[in-house]
Amino acid sequence: MASFDSENAAEIHRHLHSHLPSDPALRVKALESLAIERGLVAAETIDSWIEAYAEHIGPKRGARVVARSWLDPEFRTRLLDNAAEAIRDFGFEGSATGHLKAVANAADVHNMVVCTLCSCYPFSILGMSPAWYKSTEYRARAVREPRAVLAEFGVDLPEEVAVRVWDSTAELRYIVIPERPAGTEGWDEEALAAIVTRNSMIGTDRVLKPEAL
Amino acid sequence: MDGTHDLGGRQGFGPVPVEKGDAPFHYDWEWRMWALARAGIAHGITIDWFRHGLERLVPADYLSLRYFEKWCANYLMLMLDNQTVTFDEVLSGHVEKPDDPAPAKSLDDVLQGNRGGHISFETAVDTSPRFAVGDTVTTKRLMPEDHTRLPGYARDAKGTVIAYHGAHALPDKGAHGIHEGDHLYTVSFTGQELWGEQANPRDTVMLELWECYFV
Repeated sequence: MASFDSENAAEIHRHLHSHLPSDPALRVKALESLAIERGLVAAETIDSWIEAYAEHIGPKRGARVVARSWLDPEFRTRLLDNAAEAIRDFGFEGSATGHLKAVANAADVHNMVVCTLCSCYPFSILGMSPAWYKSTEYRARAVREPRAVLAEFGVDLPEEVAVRVWDSTAELRYIVIPERPAGTEGWDEEALAAIVTRNSMIGTDRVLKPEAL
Repeated sequence: MDGTHDLGGRQGFGPVPVEKGDAPFHYDWEWRMWALARAGIAHGITIDWFRHGLERLVPADYLSLRYFEKWCANYLMLMLDNQTVTFDEVLSGHVEKPDDPAPAKSLDDVLQGNRGGHISFETAVDTSPRFAVGDTVTTKRLMPEDHTRLPGYARDAKGTVIAYHGAHALPDKGAHGIHEGDHLYTVSFTGQELWGEQANPRDTVMLELWECYFV
C-alpha cells in the first residue's frame, strides 16, 4: 500500500540519489528485472508496448484527425465540440485522451500547448512527446515568451496574431488544428494527413507546406 | 509545493532544443522505461501520487536527469514506498524470492489496453459551481506544501472563466490517495496580468483550475 506521505517520498529519493549506479541504462535494467521477478510484467509485454508506440500509436493518428476536419465540416464541428468523442470514429481513443480538447488556428489566432508542471500530452493520438516538449527550456519559457519560443521553431508570427498558450497541467489534453494550406484543393484525406506535422499539432509549427512528403 | 518542477515563467533557461530534442526517445532504455510505465508496474498508486513523487526528486536531479531517468527513479521510489521491493533488492537488481511470472501480453492485447486508458475523471459533488463562463476569478495566494495543479505563476492573479467542465477528481486530494471531486474550470489569463506590460496585449495563457484554488 502506498504511504501517500510526501516526506517519505522525498526521503526515499534522497536515499536512491546517494546509492544507485549513475548509468541510467543500468537503473532501468534493474527496475525491469525487479518488475519481472515480482510478477508485475512479462518481458514480452514490455516488447509489445514498445511495438505499439513505435508502429501504431503516434502523430500519424492526429494527422488523420486534422485532415478529416479539413474535409468534413460535420466532423470538424463535432471535433471542436468534443474531441474525446470525435476521435472514437477512428478508434484512436486511449491513454490521456479522455478529456481531449481540439483548438483551431485561424488567420488571427495561433494556439500552442505546453505542460509547465510535468509533461502532460495526448499520447493516444500523438504518441510520446518529442524531447523538447519535456525540456526545462520549453516548459519554463512557453507561457512567458511564446513568441520568442515560436521564433526558435522558425515560426514568424505577426504582432497582430493572438497567441493562446494552453498550459495543460491538469485534466484536459490539447491538440492544435492547424489551418489547411492553399494549394491542397482536391486532395484526399491520406494526402492531406501526410503534410500535417507533429509540431503543428502541438503549436510549434504554423504554416504547413502543400508538398507531399 | 514551490518545487523545482514548477517551471512556468522561470527565467534563465536557454534556447529550446528544437533539433536535438526532436525525437521522443534517444536510447533503448528510454523506450523500455516508457513501456514499463505503460504496463502499470506500480500498484495501488494514483496519477497524482505518481506526479508528486516526481516533484519530490532531489532538486538537482530534477534539473539534470534525462526525462525517463526521472521516471525510473520515481518508479523505484513508488515500489519502495509501497513495499513491493526492499532497498537491498533495488541495489542488487533482483528480488530475493521471485513471484509467479505475469502473463505475457501480445501487441493486440496492449493496443486494446491502451484504448482502455480513455477514462473520465469526472466525480460527482453535492455543491453547485460558484462561477460561470464569463466570470472573473482570482486565484489564491497560498501554495500548499504538497501537490497542487495551481502553478506558481498563476497565483494571486485575475482571469476569466472560459469553460466549465463539471466536477473532476481534485489532484491535491488524489496525491493523498483520496478520491474527492471539485468544480473544474478553464481560466484565461492575459499575458499582461501574468508577466506585465512587456507581454503582447493579444496573448493569453489558459489553465484548468479547480474551484478551491479561487478566492
